[in-house]
Amino acid sequence: MTFIPPELLPAAPEIFVLTMACVILVIDVCLNDEDKTTTHWLCQGALLGGLILTWMTGGSGERITFNGHFVRDAMADVLKVGIFLAGSGALIFARDYLRMRKLVRGEYFVLTVFAVLGMMVMVSAGSFLSVYLGLELLSLSLYALVAFNRDSAVSTEAAMKYFVLGALASGMLLYGISMMYGATGSIDLRTVGNAVLAEGNKSLIMVFGIAFLVVGLGFKFGAVPFHMWVPDVYQGAPTSVTLLIGSAPKIAAFALVMRVLVEGASGLQADWQQMLLVLAVLSIALGNVVAIAQTNIKRMLAYSTISHVGFVFLGIASGSPDGYASSMFYVLTYVLSTVAVFGVIILCGKERDVENISDLKGLNDRSPWMAFLMLILMMSMAGIPFLVGFYAKFAVLQSLVNEGFVGVALFAVLLSVIGAFYYLRVVKVMYFDKGDGDEVHIELASDTKVVASVTALAVLFLGVYPSALMALCVATVR
Amino acid sequence: MLSELPLLSLTIWTPILGGIAVLFVGDDSPAKARRLALVVAVATFVLSLPLWTGFDVTTAAMQFGEFWPWISAFKINYHLGVDGFSMPLVLLTTFITVLVVIAGWEVVQYRVAQYMAAFLIMEGLMIGVFAALDAILFYVFFEAMLIPMFLVIGIWGGPRRVYATIKFFLYTFFGSVFMLIALLYMYFKSGSFEILEFHQLKLGMTEQILIFLSFMLAFAVKVPMFPVHTWLPDAHVEAPTGGSVVLAAITLKIGGYGFVRFALPITPDASASLDWLIIGMSLIAVVYIGLVALIQQDMKKLIAYSSIAHMGFVTLGFFVMFAILRSTNSLSGAALGIQGGMVQMVSHGFISGAMFLCVGVLYDRVHSRQIQDYGGVANTMPVFASFMVLFGFANAGLPGTSGFIGEFMVVLASFKGSFWIAFLAALTLILGAAYTLWLIKRVVFGEVVHKHVAELQDINTREFTILLVLAVAVLGLGLWPQPLTDVLQASVNNLVQHVAVSKL
Repeated sequence: MTFIPPELLPAAPEIFVLTMACVILVIDVCLNDEDKTTTHWLCQGALLGGLILTWMTGGSGERITFNGHFVRDAMADVLKVGIFLAGSGALIFARDYLRMRKLVRGEYFVLTVFAVLGMMVMVSAGSFLSVYLGLELLSLSLYALVAFNRDSAVSTEAAMKYFVLGALASGMLLYGISMMYGATGSIDLRTVGNAVLAEGNKSLIMVFGIAFLVVGLGFKFGAVPFHMWVPDVYQGAPTSVTLLIGSAPKIAAFALVMRVLVEGASGLQADWQQMLLVLAVLSIALGNVVAIAQTNIKRMLAYSTISHVGFVFLGIASGSPDGYASSMFYVLTYVLSTVAVFGVIILCGKERDVENISDLKGLNDRSPWMAFLMLILMMSMAGIPFLVGFYAKFAVLQSLVNEGFVGVALFAVLLSVIGAFYYLRVVKVMYFDKGDGDEVHIELASDTKVVASVTALAVLFLGVYPSALMALCVATVR
Repeated sequence: MLSELPLLSLTIWTPILGGIAVLFVGDDSPAKARRLALVVAVATFVLSLPLWTGFDVTTAAMQFGEFWPWISAFKINYHLGVDGFSMPLVLLTTFITVLVVIAGWEVVQYRVAQYMAAFLIMEGLMIGVFAALDAILFYVFFEAMLIPMFLVIGIWGGPRRVYATIKFFLYTFFGSVFMLIALLYMYFKSGSFEILEFHQLKLGMTEQILIFLSFMLAFAVKVPMFPVHTWLPDAHVEAPTGGSVVLAAITLKIGGYGFVRFALPITPDASASLDWLIIGMSLIAVVYIGLVALIQQDMKKLIAYSSIAHMGFVTLGFFVMFAILRSTNSLSGAALGIQGGMVQMVSHGFISGAMFLCVGVLYDRVHSRQIQDYGGVANTMPVFASFMVLFGFANAGLPGTSGFIGEFMVVLASFKGSFWIAFLAALTLILGAAYTLWLIKRVVFGEVVHKHVAELQDINTREFTILLVLAVAVLGLGLWPQPLTDVLQASVNNLVQHVAVSKL
């Protein structure tokens, strides 16, 4: 028996990021506490390097390596670029956030890079094994990050909840995987896919397996009724960690659904389509309605996330390539606006966190620019046009109508109208209410402000010119 | 040379980009912001004039067309063009915005740059609504317009502004999302978002009815028609003067425009079979809302209700054509109704704008909108009083003013359809006169009972100019409506012929 080394080039970005993460961990030990921002810049360098490598080695069709465990295709490349950018945004906002609270530790940045690595593996997963590996690497990094402020009881509680429920979800996923393995005798997604295609509709165990997989994915995405951890974690985690959790992992989760359900179980589409539709409809309903009752802005955004996840599921549930593309567009643009929203929240907070919506009172008087950015983002999330959120919803609705789900589309838009209310309330607080005078004065001079502005303006730009990104999504999913 | 310029794009984007520039001038230098806003508004108005002078009145085809692919994945195009229906409304928009900018000159002191920018951006978006020939482009402008209006009412409005503006936003948003689904469905059927292709699209009766209802929901909220009108009085009362003027003069017209651009030509059979619904709602608006206006104590609320009643005439004019076609099969009679509705829209744009500006003039001095706080204004503000009386007469539909033309044409057309429709519609001549003249009587004439009325200063040059321009417009359109009806003629005839042919 001879060992044939796998082709390494397709996995070059992952290998690079892993190496860098390990190296930075060592370097960080040798740095003084005052120099920890060096770690931050090194981590940014690792992500940038990964981005460049992805760019340089990408674009030559589908390549499979490591005995089928690793897939490199156009979709993976686009999603990874999204993850790099979101991760880099999470790092830069975290640096300011931690510095203001004197929490700067090198581990924070390195953990972020490991989370990114986990997501990259998920996006490129070719088998259940790499799916699970990537997922756990991501989840474990995030558990630690949520608990990063160890003196905060809220954070610790959130981390515990996240960990317990996350472990439960991983268990569900593993159980589903084991059933699929039992039925098909393989963990390779393509082999499984072919087996399911051949006899999926006859095999009860496969349907059971899919059900557990969907439950696991629902947990990770935070779809109703598996959403309980989302509001608590969003609220409890340090805002910079919320930013990270709310952004890039959604891209990875989307990739997971694409790999596991669309590629691995297309033969059972009729089954998971129904499940996803139910999850989606429930998420949109509950997310939008409960968000109205929230006074804490991070909690409100958590419920808003749940409703957006519903839309992402709707696109996938429509079951057509256009639907997948619309979901991909939705996820990418949603992540963009999430980074910007939490970025603005971090910037408006300074030493004291922006916790309640009322903390934004009179923002237009204190900082018209920040208020304007927030206005763009809220309106985009509400789905008002000339902002990218509209096209995301539009694309999903269009694929639904094309596949004959007109009723579901009507339901979704109706609840979007209800959802518009709580976004409007944020705008109301910022623009129509006068401040009490004890709010934080915002002085804007740092590079984070530029990043927040650029991401928020990208929401506006993509709203005026969504064509290129839309075409990219359509092209990569086909 | 002018015809080579992308005039429509220029009139859309000049105010939007100008508005952004005004934002950057900032609230710290209000004088600069005001001047720049005025320059932008006037420039836009001047840019829109060639649309009228270069307009070919002999054809119903779209003119000044522009076509660029926009979102190729969904075949959405940046397709602009105007016909006889939209061109007058584009001009109305650019004209009114200039007045609104001047009207806010001294009155608005809080965040001047943002105020001016909001109106300029809104102007561009509203022109976009009228000029869009792609359904999604239309929808995008239609929805985007909500944001600046939401802010205008919310930031510069009265005490209950938050309630009013959120109600306004959610009502309109609620109405329009159904239209989005209808548009998506038609794309699914036709493979295109071109409005003109939707006109030709064959649809079954059930489909037509559902699509019609979704359009009706979107546009009835905007017009606003009887059961979904309740946001308007709130929004008007709380909005600053400029906001009220734009709302009444332009945004309401978008609802009416939607009926002639979408509902009638796309779903003619559904329109014909459900015309009783629209006619009924219109007549309720004319009669019942007219009565409601009579008892109002708040001047702005009174004018808001009068707006609803007048817009009832517009929708009545559009839909009475089916009654006419059924009873006499006269295409020219049907055309008269639609033309009357359109003339009424333009005229109402001038008159309601003028009425709200008049109330604004009083409010700026006394800070009250209650009728009982006035009385005998003519004694201290004679020039203003004569303007207000003139606009009051126009609102009541006195011959010689623009208010008469549209109402007369619609009533005339209604007679060809049914005597009773015409009878009920004609009640507006009594009711309109009653509530308007009673308002004038209580505010302008009589003894001066309040001290603050005795101290009133007459209007200054700025206010005089605005009101004079509007007076000229009201009288001009009233005495010589032919330029407007000429522009409308070809498009109206084309629409009537199109609608008369069943799609089934």
